[in-house]
Amino acid sequence: MFYREVGQFKTSYDADEAIFPIAQDRWSVIVLIAFASLGVPLFAGQYLYTEVLIPVLILSIAAIGLNILTGYCGQLSLGSGGFMAVGAYAAYNLALRLPETNIILVFLFAGVMAMLVGLLFGLPSLRIKGFYLAVATLASQFFLEWAFARVKWFTNYAPSGSVAVGRIELFGIPIDTPGKTYIFVLAITVVLTLAAKNLVRGRIGRMWMAIRDMDIAAEIIGIRPLHAKLSAFAVSSFYIGVAGALWAFLRLGSWEPLAFDVNRSFQVLFMIIIGGLGTLLGSFLGAAFIVLVPIFLNQLPSWLGIAMSTAMISHIEFMLFGAMIVLFLIAEPHGLARLWAIGKEKLRLWPFPY
Amino acid sequence: MTGKTMSGIRVGIALAGAVAVAAPALAQNEQFIPNLVYRTGAYAPNGVPFANGIADYYRLINERDGGINGVKIVFEECDTGYATDRGVECYERLKGKGPTGAAYVIPLSTGITFALTEKTTVDKIPIISMGYGRSESRDGSVFQWNFPLLGTYWTAADIILQHIAKKEGGFDKLKGKKIALVYHDSPYGKEPIALLQKRAQMHGFETLFLPVTHPGVEQKATWLQIRQNRPDYVLLWGWGVMNSTAIKEAVAVGYPREKMYGVWWSGAEPDVRPAEDGAKGYNSAALQHTAGQFKLHEDLKKYLYDKGLGAAKWEETGEILYVRGLINAMLGVEAIRTAQERFGKKPLTGEQVRWGLENLDISADRIKQLGFEGELRPIKVSCADHEGTRTGRIQTWDGKKWNIASDWLTSDDSVIAPMVKEAAAKYAAEKKLTPGCLVTN
Amino acid sequence: MLGPVLETLIGGLMTGVLYSLVALGFVLIFKASGVFNFAQGAMVLFAALSLARLSEFMPLVLAFAFSVLIMIALAYAIEFLVLRHLVNQEGIILFMATLGIAYFLEGFGQTLWGSDIYKIGLGLPTNPIFILESVFPGGLLIDPVELIAAIICAVMVLVLAVFFQVTRVGRALRAVADDHQAAQSVGIPLNQIWLMVWAVSGLVALVAGMMWGAKLGVQFSLSLIALKALPVLILGGLTSIPGAIVGGLIIGAGEKLAEVLLAPVLIRTFDLAGGGIENWFAYVLALAFLLVRPQGLFGERIIERV
Repeated sequence: MFYREVGQFKTSYDADEAIFPIAQDRWSVIVLIAFASLGVPLFAGQYLYTEVLIPVLILSIAAIGLNILTGYCGQLSLGSGGFMAVGAYAAYNLALRLPETNIILVFLFAGVMAMLVGLLFGLPSLRIKGFYLAVATLASQFFLEWAFARVKWFTNYAPSGSVAVGRIELFGIPIDTPGKTYIFVLAITVVLTLAAKNLVRGRIGRMWMAIRDMDIAAEIIGIRPLHAKLSAFAVSSFYIGVAGALWAFLRLGSWEPLAFDVNRSFQVLFMIIIGGLGTLLGSFLGAAFIVLVPIFLNQLPSWLGIAMSTAMISHIEFMLFGAMIVLFLIAEPHGLARLWAIGKEKLRLWPFPY
Repeated sequence: MTGKTMSGIRVGIALAGAVAVAAPALAQNEQFIPNLVYRTGAYAPNGVPFANGIADYYRLINERDGGINGVKIVFEECDTGYATDRGVECYERLKGKGPTGAAYVIPLSTGITFALTEKTTVDKIPIISMGYGRSESRDGSVFQWNFPLLGTYWTAADIILQHIAKKEGGFDKLKGKKIALVYHDSPYGKEPIALLQKRAQMHGFETLFLPVTHPGVEQKATWLQIRQNRPDYVLLWGWGVMNSTAIKEAVAVGYPREKMYGVWWSGAEPDVRPAEDGAKGYNSAALQHTAGQFKLHEDLKKYLYDKGLGAAKWEETGEILYVRGLINAMLGVEAIRTAQERFGKKPLTGEQVRWGLENLDISADRIKQLGFEGELRPIKVSCADHEGTRTGRIQTWDGKKWNIASDWLTSDDSVIAPMVKEAAAKYAAEKKLTPGCLVTN
Repeated sequence: MLGPVLETLIGGLMTGVLYSLVALGFVLIFKASGVFNFAQGAMVLFAALSLARLSEFMPLVLAFAFSVLIMIALAYAIEFLVLRHLVNQEGIILFMATLGIAYFLEGFGQTLWGSDIYKIGLGLPTNPIFILESVFPGGLLIDPVELIAAIICAVMVLVLAVFFQVTRVGRALRAVADDHQAAQSVGIPLNQIWLMVWAVSGLVALVAGMMWGAKLGVQFSLSLIALKALPVLILGGLTSIPGAIVGGLIIGAGEKLAEVLLAPVLIRTFDLAGGGIENWFAYVLALAFLLVRPQGLFGERIIERV
C-alpha cells in the first residue's frame, strides 16, 4: 500500500529514463542522502565516524568497483587490494611531488593510474575465464604489493617503507576533523554512486551484463569482448583506485603495503557476494555488513556481561563470522540486496495482501 | 519472506543501537589503561605471554597495593591479531573509556605504532613502544607522544654489531666481512637497515638484505641464498612463527646457529623450542632482562597465583616475553606514579601521564624496591631522549634455557644520535611540525 | 655456478612436492563436485593441529587414526550442514561458502586445540645431507624431511590412482566427475560420493598437514599454505591429479630459481629494497602458462556452445 507506483504515469521520455522512475524510490534516496549529510552529524561521535561510517563508505566505493567487474561483467577478481594500493601510492606521490595540487585532482589521478594498471592486468581476461582468471588476478595482487614494498621511489625512499600524508585541504578548508572527513567522503561516494548507476543502466552496462550472462552469445550478437571486458576492468579499477586513495589518506593517514594485502581483496569480494552481485545497493549493504559484524561480534560478550578471555572472544568471532557467511548464503544466495528487493515487493501489498 | 526481511531489519537496528551504546560508566577513582594484544592468529605464540605479563602486573598492583596510591587500575584487552586496521579500531574504541580516558597505549606492533603516532597526538595519549616502533621517535621534541623506552631497533642492531665486533677483535676487523639481515617484510623488519648501512659504510663490511613475506613460513629460497652467499653473520629480525622457521631452515641448510643473532623480539622460548636441539647456540639481543623468575615473582605467587588469579601458568611466568610484559606494565605504572606526584593522587589524563613518562626516573634503588633487581638498569627519560636507556646484552640458547653471553653493551650515540636527528627533522618537515619540548601545566 | 643452481632446483622441486600435497586436496573436490574449496588450507591446519595435540598424550599412530576419524567427521559435517543446502548454486556462491567454512575452522581449530606453536615428532632426521661432494664444492644439499615428504607424496598419488582406477567407489567418483546428471541417472548416489571426496581430501589434508607440520611446526600460519597451492592448481589444471603434481614441481622449482637467480639481478638493475619475488613469480609463471593453455596444462579442454 505504501510502496505502489499506481498512478505515476510516465508522460515523457525523460521521465521514463530517470534514474529512479518510481517516486517513492526517488524520495527515499533523497531523504537518505539528506539524513546522511545533515542528520548524522547531529548525533555521531568520533568513534562512529572514524571506525564505522568512513570505512563503510570508502569500502562501499571499492565494492561498487569490484561489483562492476564481477557482478555486472562476470569477471571474478581477487586483485582489489592491489588496485587500491595503486590508488593510494599514486595519490601519495602526486601529493608529495606537487604539493599544490587540489585534493580532488589527487584522488582523480589515483583513479586514473589504477585504471591504467587495471587495463594492463585485465588483458589476460580475454583468454582466461572463471576460477582460472580469479587466481590469475592474484598475480596482480602479489606483484603490486611487492612493487610498492620494494621500489624505493614509490615510498619516497622512506627507510621503513611506511609512508604518511600531511594535512589535507580542500579549497583552503582543512579536512582535519572526523566530521569534515565524513562529509567529504560522503560527497565523493554519492557522486561516484550516481555515476555508476548511470553507467550500469546504460548501453555500457548492458554490454557488460551480456558478457556476464554468456560471453560467446554476446559476441555473436555483436558485442566486442575486448571492448566490454577491458572497459569493465578500467571502470572498476578506477573506482577501486579512488577507494584506495581515500582509504590511505582519510582513514589510515600512514600506511604500508600490508594495508592492501590479499585479505583486503577477499574482504571486498565478501562484501559484494554478501551484499549481492550485480546490485549497487548490495555494495553498500555488504560493506556495512563486513565492517560492522566483526566489531559487533567482538563486543557482544561484554555487552551481554559475559566474562570471557580475549582469545576466546576472537575465536568465537572467527567462528560466528564464518557461520554467518554460510548461513546467509544458504538463506539467500543472492545477497542482502535481494532481501531488500523482496521486502519492497511485499510492501506493495502490505498490510492488505488481497 | 517478510519474517526474514524483518529479522534482517531487526539485526540492522540492533547493530546500529549496539554501536551507539556507550560503555558502562566506571567508578570515579579508577585509572583506565587499554591493552592492545594478540592472543590469536599467526603471532599468538609470542603475543600471549606478553599480554599475560602485562595483565598480571596490573592485577598485582590492585591486589597488593590497592592500586597506584589508591587509584585502582582498570584495564581492557582488545585483540588486534597484529593487523594494523584492527589495532586502530581497538584504540579508537578504548581511548575514551574510564573517568579520564586512556592513560597510555601499548600497541605491541611497529605497524600499529606508526598508524597511531598521529592519532595520539590529537587525542593527547602517549604511546609506550618499549623496544620497538620508529627509531627516530626517541627524539621527544618531534615525537612528543612516543616513548620507545629501553631501546629502539637502531640500538638493538648497534648492540649486536658491537658484540660481533668484539668477538672479531674490533670494528676494523669487520672489513670485508659479510653480514646478512633476514627480516620480516614490514616496517618492523626494515627499521635496522638504515643503521646497518651506516655501519657498513663506516667499517667496510658487506651487507645482504633478505626480506621474508608475512607470516614467514616460506623461507627456503632465503636460506638457500644464505648457503650460497656464505655470510659471516646472519641477523634475524623476525616475529612469530618466522623466527622458529628461520632457525629450522638454518638447520636444514647447515648454517651455524652460533653465527646467528636475533633482535630481542626473535629471542624468546617459542622461537627456539620448535627447533629443539637445532637451536642450540643461537644468539639474540636481550632487552636488558633475560628469562627466569626473580624477586617480584614472590609477590606474584602470593597475591595472584596462590589465589588462582594469574593469567598464565605458574611455570610460564619466567618466560622472556612474560617478563617483558611485566617490565612494560611496570614502566607504565611508574610513569603514572611519577605524574601523580605532580598532579595529585587521582585518575590522570593521557596528557598528565605523558608528563610522567617524560620525567620518568627509575634509579637502581627503586628498581630493587620494585622487585626487578638484576632485570633492569636505571632509566631516565627526558624530552631529548625518550628511550631512557640504551643498553642491552647478548644471550645464547643452550638447548634448555637462555644464558647471558655478554657484558652490558651500550649503543654508540655518536653514530645513532645524528641519524635520529636527521630522520626526525625529515619527519617534522613532512608533517609541517615545529619541533620543541611539550610543556604540561 | 652449476652447483648452486642444481641445489636450488632440487630444493625447489621438493618444496613443489609439498605444494602438490595441498593442491591435490583442491583438485579432488573440484573434480567431483565443482566446488573451489578455499577451506583446504584451513583443513590442513585443522588436521595438523588435531594430530599434534593428540600425539601429546598418545602414540603417533593412534593419534593419526583418531585424526583420520576427525577429518571424516568434519567431511560429514560440511556435507550435511553446508553443501547439501547449496546444491545447484553457482560456483562463486559455493566458493564463498568454503571461505566461510575456512573462517569457522580457523576459529574452531584454535578454540579446540589452542593457538600456540606445536610439534609433530615424526622423528625425522633434520640435519642436511650432502651429495656429490666430489663434483661440487660443498656438495649438493638435500633436506631429509623434504625427501621423505616427496616419497610419501609419490606413494599417496599412486594409492589415489589405484583407488580411482580399480575400486568400485573410484569408478563412481570418475563417473560423477564426468557428468553429475548422467551419473545420478545410472543410480550413483551423489551425496555419498561428495561425502567420500571430502573425506578423501580431508585425509590428503592430514598428510599435507603432517609433513608441513613436521617441517615447520604446527601453527595458525599453516592455513596460509593454501595461497601457495593456488598457482599450482591453475597451472596444472583444476581437474587434473597429475596436473597438481607436475604443476607443483614447476611452481616449486620456478619460484626458487627465480628468487635465487633472478631476484639479485632485479635488485641490482632497479635498485630495489630486497628481493622476495617468489610470491608473485609463482602466479606470473602460472599466468604465462595459462595464456597459452587457458585450461591449465592437464585441464579438460573447455568447449563452449551457445
